Formats: sequence, C-alpha cells, structure tokens
Amino acid sequence: MRRLNLHTLGPIVALIALVILGAMLNPAFLAPANITNVLARSAFIGMIAVGMTFVITSGGLDLSVGSMAAFLAGVAIMAMNAVAPALGVHWGTILIGMGVALLGGLAAGWLNGALVTKARIEPFIVTLGTMGIFRSLVTWLADGGTLSLQSGLRTLYRPVYYGGIGWITWPIITFAVVAIIGEWMMRHSRFGRHVEAIGSNERVARYSAIDVNRVKLMTYVLLGLLVGLAVVLYVPRLGSASGSTGVLWELEAIAAVIIGGTALKGGTGRVWGTVVGVLILSLIDNILNLADLVSPYLNGAIQGVIIVLAVVLQREKSAADER
Amino acid sequence: MKRRNLMKGAVLAATLAMGASPALAQDAEKKIIGVSIPSATHGFMGGLNWHAQDTITRLGKAYPNLEFVLATAGDAAKQVNDIEDMMATRNIDGLVVLPFESEPLTAPVKAVKEAGKFVTVVDRGLSEEGIEDLYVAGDNTAFGRVAGEYFKGNLKPGSKIVVLRGIPTTLDNERVEAFQKALEGSEVEILDMQHGNWNRDDAFTVMQDYLSKYPQIDAVWAADDDMAIGVMEAISAANRTDEMWVIGGAGMKEIIKRIMEGDKQLPVNVTYPPALISSAIEMTALRFVSNAPMTGRFIIGSQLITPENAEQFYYPDSPF
Repeated sequence: MRRLNLHTLGPIVALIALVILGAMLNPAFLAPANITNVLARSAFIGMIAVGMTFVITSGGLDLSVGSMAAFLAGVAIMAMNAVAPALGVHWGTILIGMGVALLGGLAAGWLNGALVTKARIEPFIVTLGTMGIFRSLVTWLADGGTLSLQSGLRTLYRPVYYGGIGWITWPIITFAVVAIIGEWMMRHSRFGRHVEAIGSNERVARYSAIDVNRVKLMTYVLLGLLVGLAVVLYVPRLGSASGSTGVLWELEAIAAVIIGGTALKGGTGRVWGTVVGVLILSLIDNILNLADLVSPYLNGAIQGVIIVLAVVLQREKSAADER
Repeated sequence: MKRRNLMKGAVLAATLAMGASPALAQDAEKKIIGVSIPSATHGFMGGLNWHAQDTITRLGKAYPNLEFVLATAGDAAKQVNDIEDMMATRNIDGLVVLPFESEPLTAPVKAVKEAGKFVTVVDRGLSEEGIEDLYVAGDNTAFGRVAGEYFKGNLKPGSKIVVLRGIPTTLDNERVEAFQKALEGSEVEILDMQHGNWNRDDAFTVMQDYLSKYPQIDAVWAADDDMAIGVMEAISAANRTDEMWVIGGAGMKEIIKRIMEGDKQLPVNVTYPPALISSAIEMTALRFVSNAPMTGRFIIGSQLITPENAEQFYYPDSPF
C-alpha cells in the first residue's frame, strides 16, 4: 500500500520540488502575479490535456489539437469580425464567436472520431492528416499573415482572459472546473469506466456489451469541445491567430498526460495526474525564465531531462509494484 | 506546397510596356524563372510570400515572354525537391531562391548554377561563396546597430532594458551582437536576453516572466513586430505601460500605423522589409529582358522608422 502511494504521488512530489526550487531561486516566484501568470497560461494546454487523457486512456491519440486550436481561433475571430458591423461591439457578437469556437471544436472532434471509428483508420494517421489540414487552413484564411480581432471587440473581450475573481482569473477557474469534472467522469461515471475498459482490452470491452465505437467517438468529441473552450479563453489574450498559433501544443498535452501517470498504451487514466503534469511543464519554463540557471539555448534540454526523469521514476516504482 | 503557374496572358499591356526595349529581339523566346521560398509560417514570411506573389503577377503582365514558377516549402528537404523538380520538369532559365537553411541548399543550388542557369540567392547566404550570380539581402548587422543606437541615444545612464531574441540562428546572433556593440560605452544595462522565437505567444510568456523578475525595466528590444505585440500585451496586463517603451522590428503594418499615430509606447521601428524578395525577382527579371548588368551583391539597408517618415513604410494591403 505504501509503495503504491509513492508511485501515484510521484508527479506531485516532482511538482512540490519544482515549487521549492523556484521559491529558492527567486522570491518573485511566489508573488501572486507570477502564480496567476503560470496558472493562466497552463489553462489552454491544461484543458486540452484533460480531454487528451480520455482519448489516450481509450487507446487513441490526437495529434491535431494544436492546429485545431489555431484553426478554431482563426474562424472565431473571422466570425466575430464578420458579424460586428451588423450587431455592433456587443457581448452578443462575442457570444457568437464563442459559439463558433465551441461548435467548431465539436465538429472537428467528431471528424477525427468518425474517421477513427467509422472509417477504421489508425488514430495516429487520421490526426496527423487533420493536423496538416487545420494548420494549412488557418494559414490560408490568414493569407499567410495574422487574423486580428478588431480593437473594439478586443477591449470588450479582454477581461475574459485577464479578469476574474481577485487574482484568480477566468482561465484558472475554467481549468479548475474542467479538471474536477474530468476527474469525476474518469473515476465515477459510466463513460469513464468504459473508456478505461476499452483501453485495457478492446475485444473484452466489446464482448461486455460496451458500444466501443460510440465511446471512442465521444472521447474525440469531448477533446474537440475542450479545444474549443481553450480557444474561447485564448482569443482574448492576444486577440489574434496565425499559422504559428498553437504550434506543438499537441506534444505538450500528450507529455503532460504521460507525466501524470496515464499509460500511453491506454487502460489507465488519471486526470488529476494530467493537471499536475501540465503544471510541471509550465513551471519548468517559468523557472528557467526567472532564474538564469543555464544558457537559454539549453532550456529545451532541461525540459527534456525533467520530462523523462518524471516518467522514469514512476515507471520504476510501477515495475516494482508488479513484481 | 503550392505551385502556381502565374503567367498571365496580358499580351496587350505587355506589348505596350515592352515596345521600346532593345533586348527584345534576342529574348523573344520564352524564359522561365523559378522562385523558391519558405512557406508562410510566421508573420514576416507571410509578408514575404505576399510580396512574391504580387511581384510575379505584376511582372507576368509587364513581360509576356517571362514565365514564373513559384514554389513554397515548409522545410529544407522539400525545398530541395522543389528546385530539382523545377530543373527536371520546367527547364528554368533562372532561379530566385531564399534558402530555408544554408547548408542543405548549397549543393542543389550549385547544381542549378553548373547547369548554366542564372541564380539569385535571397537573404540567407549559401555556405559556399561564389555560387550565386546575384545576392539580395537585408542587413542584419545594421538591424541590430540601428536599434542599439536608438537605445543609447534615448535612455538615461543607469537605465535597464530587456531583450527578446528570435529563433536561435546565425541571423539572430548577428543582430544581437550588433545591438550589444552599439550599446557599448553607454551605461544602459541589459538585464536579460531570452528567446521569444519570433512568436507572439512565446514573447508574451517571456515578457510576463521578465516583469515578475525585474521591478525596473525602462525599455524593451523586442527585435520583431510579432514579438512586440506579445510584449505589449504582457506589459499592459501588468499595468506597467507607462514605465517602458518597446522597439520591435521589420515594419509590420499594425505597428507602423501606431507609429504614424505617435504612440508613446512605440516610438520607432527598424526596417527589415519582407519586400526584399520583390527586389530579387525584379532584378532577376531585368537580367532576361534588358541589357542592364545584374550581377553582384545588393544589400538593403535597415532604416529607422519614425513618426515623421512612417507613411512611406505603410503597406495596408500586405498581410504583414
């Protein structure tokens, strides 16, 4: 029992170690402003990673989320700019933009899921394909440049990223709510159980009368919806989208899921672990910026080492458990 | 990858334009010019792509005996394939290339030159000298120096600044070294230099962390207009807009517009025009339609954009 605890608590121990390290290196690290920054910027990848946890747990994978986010951000901005002359600078216009992002996310997730379950193509290949498609579409829509929200709407929309209750801004609140619901769904809902069952053994799940295709499709739709939600909070930050928006978000989300203790081969999902994984990734970046530990050329190497270490520690303990 | 044949059959307009050219007789046969550039992955390249297409459309109309083949590549390997395809299937007479990376493109471009074609290299030099007939580039050293001189001349001794660097490349190193050299002898202190990768989101994050780390920052060298946008957003979120000004670079239209309007936070900008591809295509075309000598090196200077002269750098139609 004690060994099991150590194994599952691995990511949390790493997170606490990073927080202590950060506080020792620079007193500004624990200032409320910095904590708000780190949590708010984790929120995008965080919400996407929660959805990714379900997809990976069911034995799937989605490489398209970063491009999808860029594409949805572009489409939402264009939609808001297009209806602005008719509706004026008004919350209604922004709600339309939010609706476009969320519905677009649903549709894009459904497309990925349908290609995986109905057309029976490997998820890696499907989402590699849609990754390229979404990325090209946003570059094309932006004519190679940047799509920008008009300034009146930006001013109105801005508080959705920067505002909140005290220093707890809306992205942090949304991320927390998504994480709690996600954790509940994975642990206690029928859907979560089915996802884990399919990930551990798809054939047995099918024989147990689980509608495997429907559940798998739903994991991609859920992920798409969460990408849409991330976009709703991302657009007010800089008010723009371009071909370089959301580059490599998919890999960060997948890394966070794996650091958190979800198995890449599926079967076991841990949403709270994913949340910890996301925080670890953002903290590494933040600490490297706050403290001049190494040459900036080596930032990527430090990140790589910590990611691999976090997973190695866990795997060793889990191997010991199985013995 | 896009490949377009942008030859437009505007015979009438072209006949008028070409009527008096002495070189016309010998060049009446069709000449094909291949243009190979990186695809529009960030703001600057987006602008460069737009200017390339714009120039090709215009030149295609002006010179009916010139045909252009445009290829955009997402990485160096694809660009090599593009150039090989141009040689094998289109039999080009001239090549305008902005190498994705110097090393991998050197051999393929050399092969084009050895086949007797006219080669124009743009912006990023090849790793071997003397291959290209014409070299057209921006001036990275001046880009850093002009910005550095502005900082030196407009900050009090003891001022503190932060710098955002681009994607780690020789180009970025040249700019930063020239910037530091220009600051030498002044008592302006560079607090920190981190990579924002010419990306708005990365620059936003790096600037947020600078703001947490340093209580006093008097100015920011963002070194790129995309990064400047992210930087300004981070500053305004921290409510420190009045404390510091920001210098970007490359002349993005939104930034130029704010300089024209006399924005205090953006006093000036330094050019590194994406339209340099137009100069290269234009000069290569002249090589085939006129007797004007077109070989050598053409370095486009980096100028300081101030509220007074900003209007002449403003291209409202360009995406950048």
